[in-house]
Amino acid sequence: MNFTNFGRYILLLKAAFKRPEKWKIYMKAIFQQMEFIGVGSLGLISIISTFIGAVMTLQIAFQLVSDFIPKTIIGSVNRDSSILELSPTISAIVLAGKIGSAISSEIGTMRVTEQIDALEIMGINAPGYLILPKIIAGITMVPVLVIISMVLSITGGYLGGTLSGAVSAAEYIQGITTDFNPFTITVALVKAFVFGFIITSVPAYEGFYVKGGALEVAQASTRAVVVSCISILACDYIVTQLLL
Amino acid sequence: MIEIKDIHKSFGENEVLKGISGKFEPGITNLIIGGSGSGKTTLLKCMIGLHHPEQGSVAYDGRDFTQLNTEERIEIRKEIGMLFQGSALFDSMTVEENIMFPLNMFTEQSRSEKLDRVNFCLERVNLEGKNKLFPAELSGGMKKRVGIARAIAMNPKYLFCDEPNSGLDPKTSIVIDELIKEITEEYNTTTIVVTHDMNSVMGIGDYIMFLHQGKKFWEGSNKEIAKTDIEELNDFVFASRFMKAAKDKF
Repeated sequence: MNFTNFGRYILLLKAAFKRPEKWKIYMKAIFQQMEFIGVGSLGLISIISTFIGAVMTLQIAFQLVSDFIPKTIIGSVNRDSSILELSPTISAIVLAGKIGSAISSEIGTMRVTEQIDALEIMGINAPGYLILPKIIAGITMVPVLVIISMVLSITGGYLGGTLSGAVSAAEYIQGITTDFNPFTITVALVKAFVFGFIITSVPAYEGFYVKGGALEVAQASTRAVVVSCISILACDYIVTQLLL
Repeated sequence: MIEIKDIHKSFGENEVLKGISGKFEPGITNLIIGGSGSGKTTLLKCMIGLHHPEQGSVAYDGRDFTQLNTEERIEIRKEIGMLFQGSALFDSMTVEENIMFPLNMFTEQSRSEKLDRVNFCLERVNLEGKNKLFPAELSGGMKKRVGIARAIAMNPKYLFCDEPNSGLDPKTSIVIDELIKEITEEYNTTTIVVTHDMNSVMGIGDYIMFLHQGKKFWEGSNKEIAKTDIEELNDFVFASRFMKAAKDKF
């Protein structure tokens, strides 16, 4: 994103955060988006998180070959990795692909078929009506998904470890309950909040300014996912640096 | 009434509109015609505020749209109905929800009152009972009619139509033209239709503004257009052999 695009992105956000014409209509749109982003992504996030947790356990067990390191470490490493990095970041990247491309395509198609012009002619603040509900749904539902992802990732680690025999149930549970720092949850939720904002606002920007037809909508969708993923990784580093 | 004065609009080095002025009266069908690239759609977009002219004014009953702030513009836009070239119906909404959308946004009517208005508008465009269909389930002509129904839902003072006949068969085009004319006369709206459909020109053109290379080249009615000897206008209007033969007989 060059400086011109960044300026337009900020101006679009400013327009999106103007006072809604009618809160009742916006609330309906917010709940629809929450269902789409939250409920609609639950299955995918659940599967990915469970498998990542299971694989993490196996890999940690594979690397911890020393008899001097207790196996309870497997649980605690899996817990901290899941909470701090894997659940927020992997979930966000997966959601950027699933939700980001959908948002960009939806708004881009509305642009090229003059539906956004129709909203503006009616006197409706198009950025507000189209983008604000998505951002609110993103910053509320992504943290919820990340919490679910954390739980499932740790549970997946338990299942993977015990089923393969890499770690016993007692050792794993002892590991995940030892030296737990609740602040890691705060860091993860701050990340999830920031990622939720990026996942919804960046694709909305890419879609909103599409010019052309189907090809340009597809290109905007691809660009939205790429820019969202890079932004997520950059913000991941910044948030981690600031909070830890 | 809508009055435009000395409208100039450029895109980069390309000056698309070169000082266009004119008056569009209520209760009659005003047509803006011209070849591709003549600037008619750009002029329409300048009038409704989707483009910002570099120079000139657009006055809606004396209110200069180009000088108003955002809130004042929104108030005028609530008085505008617009039929888009591709209908621009909201894909995710049914016919009923599309027409009800501006009512939901800007009125405090009860659901039954809004439903009555939706049914009235659908009846007006001969689409009774199509409430629950989605835009994807409609034909091109039906989409245009739903577009008209949505445009008139708020009882607009000003109705804009961008190429209302594009992609339609001749019979459906006539139905749409007649509908626009009837609504204009019935509600005394200031109606502006951008078209290059010659059937519309001859059929409903009470007032016609002909644009050529970004300038107003001619204005008059459909009765006068057949008698004109302006070469550029004749080349455009009577381009086909059939129209030339019709003009000779006229």
